[in-house]
Amino acid sequence: MKIKVLGPGCKNCENLADNTKAALKELGLEAEIEKVTDFGEIAGYGILSTPGLVIDDKVVSSGKVLKPKDIVKLLTK
Amino acid sequence: MIFFEFINNQLLKMQWLYDLVEILVVKVFGLEMGSRLGGSIHFFLYDVVKIFILLSVLIFSISWIQSFFPPERTRKILGRHKGISANLLGALLGTVTPFCSCSSIPLFIGFTGAGLPIGVTFSFLISSPLVDLASVILLASIFNWRIALAYVVVGLVLAVVGGTVISRARMESYVEPFVYTTSIGEAGQETLTMQDRLSFSRNQVLDIIKRVWLYILIGVGIGAVIHNWIPEEVVTAILGQDKWYSVLVATLVGVPMYADIFGTLPIAEALVYKGAGLGTVLAFMMGVTALSLPSLIMLKRVVKPRLLGLFFGVVTLGIVLIGYLFNGFSWLFL
Repeated sequence: MKIKVLGPGCKNCENLADNTKAALKELGLEAEIEKVTDFGEIAGYGILSTPGLVIDDKVVSSGKVLKPKDIVKLLTK
Repeated sequence: MIFFEFINNQLLKMQWLYDLVEILVVKVFGLEMGSRLGGSIHFFLYDVVKIFILLSVLIFSISWIQSFFPPERTRKILGRHKGISANLLGALLGTVTPFCSCSSIPLFIGFTGAGLPIGVTFSFLISSPLVDLASVILLASIFNWRIALAYVVVGLVLAVVGGTVISRARMESYVEPFVYTTSIGEAGQETLTMQDRLSFSRNQVLDIIKRVWLYILIGVGIGAVIHNWIPEEVVTAILGQDKWYSVLVATLVGVPMYADIFGTLPIAEALVYKGAGLGTVLAFMMGVTALSLPSLIMLKRVVKPRLLGLFFGVVTLGIVLIGYLFNGFSWLFL
């Protein structure tokens, strides 16, 4: 499973990355989290507000800093 | 009419809170309302509590409304219109679409890459930080509805005119080329349930309070000092409405500053109370909110200096003009 956090590096994107790590830890899963800060790449995913969360190349959330429990829900779907 | 007055006084101006804090200050702390210390403490407590209550209620209800207008929907709506009506729609939607300044770039790329004229996108970018539903209601609470409404109207006009000027200036070549060549993905739109909207609104309240509480305390603190310690003559000498330079001073100070609008409101309230011109104070507030260093730095990554300069210049000029306008006509509002 490949996870990407899309955002220019402001606090919201950091928080989303941290919450994702926490969610993974809770589920006992290992996954690579890549931080995408290049705007061209971010726009390519079609999101209009950061931060964005991409799991296995599919956008699952944009514009929200998801709490770990919401991320857990997305990961276990 | 009396009923409206009652709602206005108790819900927005929170007369009950004013009286409650007054009792606290006079009976419990034993201070005179007219004294500097008593007056400042009263101002501080009353304003801090009032702003936090209003903030929570407003952010919650407005986030609710905003959950119906994600940027993706705004982009679709704007794509169907042309000309000035597109700018006007862009300005109007800017007020109800939620986004933080770090989203301005993906938004800009997403709108422009999808084919929206840059003027429309700029109308959106100008009105978004400037005309914020929550701060409009706070304005009504601190001043009155006429001022709040006038602020909305001029904010929208500034956004529409600014965006139109930028369109007419034919600055498309000043956008970084990669913006046009980026292939815009279509991220699917999530449909939100009632539960989603409730938790979104609640989280917005918590997030925003966490972000701005310090600005509010500082702003109210400065306001309290101005309200009770700075002599009226000093304020009117620098910021009085009849002084030709007051709007320029206010704008010059406000533009480079970065603070949340909620923190500027108590300062504005105190300044007007001490005789600053209405337009002067509004120019200050608009300067602080419409142009923020973080979002300008962000924009610089997608827009070349000349276009950035035009954006900055048009908005600043607009703020100055609006300041003079309100100073000239403040008798209509106060």
